[in-house]
Amino acid sequence: MVYLDHNATTPLDERVLEAMLPYLRERYGNPSSVHAAGREARSALEMAREQVAALVNAHPSQVIFTSGGTEANNAALKGFALGSTAARLVLGPTEHASIRRPAEALGRHGWQVGQVGCDADGVTCAQTLSQAVDDQTRLVSVMWANNESGAINPIAELAAVCRERGVPLHSDAVQAAGKLPLDFAASGLQLMSLSAHKLYGPKGAGALIVDKALGLEPLLHGGGQERERRGGTENVAAIVGFGRAAELAQAELVSRQQQTRTLRERFEQRLSAALPQAVIFATGAERLPNTSFFAVPPLEGRTLIMALDQRGFAVASGSACGSGQHEPSHVLKAMGVASAQAHGAVRVSFGQQNSDSDIERLITALVSQTKQLQGMGAATAWT
Amino acid sequence: MSMKKPIYFDYSATTPVDPRVAEKMCHFLTMEDGLFGNAASRSHQYGWDAETAIEEARRNVALLIGADPREIVWTSGATESDNLAIKGVAQFYKKKGNHIITCKTEHKAVLDTCRHLEREGFEVTYLDPEENGLIDLAKLEAAMRDETILVSLMHVNNEIGVIQDVQAIGELCRGRKILFHVDAAQSCGKVAIDVDAMKIDLLSMSAHKIYGPKGMGALYVRRKPRVRLEAQMHGGGHERGMRSGTLATHQIVGMGEAFRLAREEMASESERLRMLRDRLLNGLSDIEEVYVNGDLERRVPHNLNISFNYVEGESLMMALADLAVSSGSACTSASLEPSYVLRALGRSDELAHSSIRFSIGRFTTEADVDHAIKLCHDKIQKLRDLSPLWDMHKEGIDLSTVQWSAH
Amino acid sequence: MAYSDKVMDHYENPRNVGSFDNDDAGVGTGMVGAPACGDVMRLQIKVSEEGVIEDACFKTYGCGSAIASSSLVTEWVKGKTLDEAAAIKNSDIAEELALPPVKIHCSVLAEDAIKAAITDYKSKH
Repeated sequence: MVYLDHNATTPLDERVLEAMLPYLRERYGNPSSVHAAGREARSALEMAREQVAALVNAHPSQVIFTSGGTEANNAALKGFALGSTAARLVLGPTEHASIRRPAEALGRHGWQVGQVGCDADGVTCAQTLSQAVDDQTRLVSVMWANNESGAINPIAELAAVCRERGVPLHSDAVQAAGKLPLDFAASGLQLMSLSAHKLYGPKGAGALIVDKALGLEPLLHGGGQERERRGGTENVAAIVGFGRAAELAQAELVSRQQQTRTLRERFEQRLSAALPQAVIFATGAERLPNTSFFAVPPLEGRTLIMALDQRGFAVASGSACGSGQHEPSHVLKAMGVASAQAHGAVRVSFGQQNSDSDIERLITALVSQTKQLQGMGAATAWT
Repeated sequence: MSMKKPIYFDYSATTPVDPRVAEKMCHFLTMEDGLFGNAASRSHQYGWDAETAIEEARRNVALLIGADPREIVWTSGATESDNLAIKGVAQFYKKKGNHIITCKTEHKAVLDTCRHLEREGFEVTYLDPEENGLIDLAKLEAAMRDETILVSLMHVNNEIGVIQDVQAIGELCRGRKILFHVDAAQSCGKVAIDVDAMKIDLLSMSAHKIYGPKGMGALYVRRKPRVRLEAQMHGGGHERGMRSGTLATHQIVGMGEAFRLAREEMASESERLRMLRDRLLNGLSDIEEVYVNGDLERRVPHNLNISFNYVEGESLMMALADLAVSSGSACTSASLEPSYVLRALGRSDELAHSSIRFSIGRFTTEADVDHAIKLCHDKIQKLRDLSPLWDMHKEGIDLSTVQWSAH
Repeated sequence: MAYSDKVMDHYENPRNVGSFDNDDAGVGTGMVGAPACGDVMRLQIKVSEEGVIEDACFKTYGCGSAIASSSLVTEWVKGKTLDEAAAIKNSDIAEELALPPVKIHCSVLAEDAIKAAITDYKSKH
């Protein structure tokens, strides 16, 4: 099997596993306990906090550990909303469900939810945002990089707009972390969400980075952990893994970028040459180096994905969370991509263990599948 | 200074992951086993394999409490389960009523959540427990009103280990059509639970209290009669919309395996723990002025919470540094406040301050217990020799009549 | 909780633990604090006819810092006149033992104990 779905999740790095194992075995203390076993767990937690902070150039005290990116996004939006009177919230056009759904929930509690636009590559520019933020706007949330297309938003410019209006900006950086250099301090952001399992760390750990000036109500009450900002016994082993994964991601960022970008470029060149009808999305934007989002008209994406799975390739149609749905990607919709093309969308996201030969085999499989499916006259996209 | 690790007597704070559980978890992490997938990935084998493992774990968790697997919602731990159960019910049923009943000795995850709901306009009754830590059913019934939508009471108390009569409470709630939430973080795998027989509607569970991993829990949500919740974590619609977020496969597999082992070994393990606990209690009973906190009969076999009068809690902890014990709940012991649980039982500040919770577990040995007994004898003696209060007690002075200088 | 080496030393090997006969005219006893607050210190001094503290002893119910603070002051007051002893400041004690901010009250209590013992002695004369 060839795994090409690293934006859905990544395998755990062996070095990360090694760091975690002692905390699943002999170092099992509860960080809230005052005895030696507890203190040992506490200091491991604090080291991980420094490592995660270093990855995104934040202060360790700004890091709140969560159970993952979804919790971080919920904690950002709802935690902010609970501390403010209901007004208006503005979201990016291609946000993950873990931003859109909590915003809808806030909508049921008196909040008005607005959406900013984007260009044909899915990028929101400062000017567009500037028009969407009004006097009633209390918070803006725009993702750093999109999980499906890989398109990168100009976060510092967006933050400048928000600062001018005195509105805090949150960014879901779950896909960006480990793939792009992130600088929380310089970004102008007040809130930023991270996840461990997208950067070769374990599932079940994430973080919300919070500017100290911002008052947040905790999403989880009880126990007073994370300086009263997130109740619940800390997932020590996973957090230690997150820290180690962050450290490795920081140290290896450039080589990882180069490696995946080379693969992606090679793949896209080979795809366009072998299947000239192929459309690659968001190529006008700065993209995550590992992500390629494309369609091979008139083939239907789901059919192609299933056929590739049969041949041993793990690829996706977009967000894993929405994979069960038949709806075309909301990301492509926001980009104004025609529904026929959108239904053909396939996402390939490369990782550390992929190689040139994976690409050759994928192209071969794609070409033969295309011929086969077209020959059968079946499963073409809707017109 | 010796680098030897203290003997662990704090299994109620957290437990080591059972090696069998850790072994199983490791298969769901790296590329090597190919089982690291995202269960929400519906387009390839990696995702399906993760889903299969997660559903097996769900069956194991359901079996331990007599539930249907479809009634189990994965969370990041018991704190999240408590938050989801209480806020979820409160927000969904707020048109039906705005009153919640709980108890002063609940875990902070319940109490802080209730405090938060009070700020949102709900009314909460905090019952006083009896001196033995148990709830008087008549008082509970008296607190029930037409607007009561939820009763939230823990099965086993984390500090004193007393077991509430949840079956009787469940009967009472069902009769009044009030939803019943049970925080079972301390009882799962230690005391038999049957959600149907006990008429429990919502039940919070934790993995790391029963030899599973930290950062993992579950909430049981009854299907018949159906209990509705407003989700607290929104997103990809995982867990039938009740709790979004990528499922941490290895953690879930760990919880499932820990619960499976608990089901198989609970009976024999309880016997062994009871024997060790009684040995500890007998060994400490000949020290003067010791008081067991909480009912000794209706109590889990692995807990002993005991106060040593006339010695101060923090210096006692220092003296017992060779034992990893806790004075009060692990979640609050970083503060110097006396345990609110013991205060709610009517214990004096002094006795609350000088309480030690011993919680023993799967890896505790008879030799560990004997060592603890000897150490307590020596150190209590040493601290009492230092204590002016002990002198006064020996002179027959009633300390409650002494005029203390304020400071 | 991280204690300084000096606190640990006094806690492990407290100096001058004991009691003097309070009926002895040369003895002054100071008892400060309250059990409900988590610390009670009893400091006793034995004063010579020249007004010099010849001996001192203590018993303390309290945390490691409280025990160390009282143990330390028994060493410090010995050989001092009453006025010199009364001049001992809590900040000196806190500094000597490197007490963390949450434990400063222990040094305050120790200073109070000295003053109370001196007052008690003086009330007998």
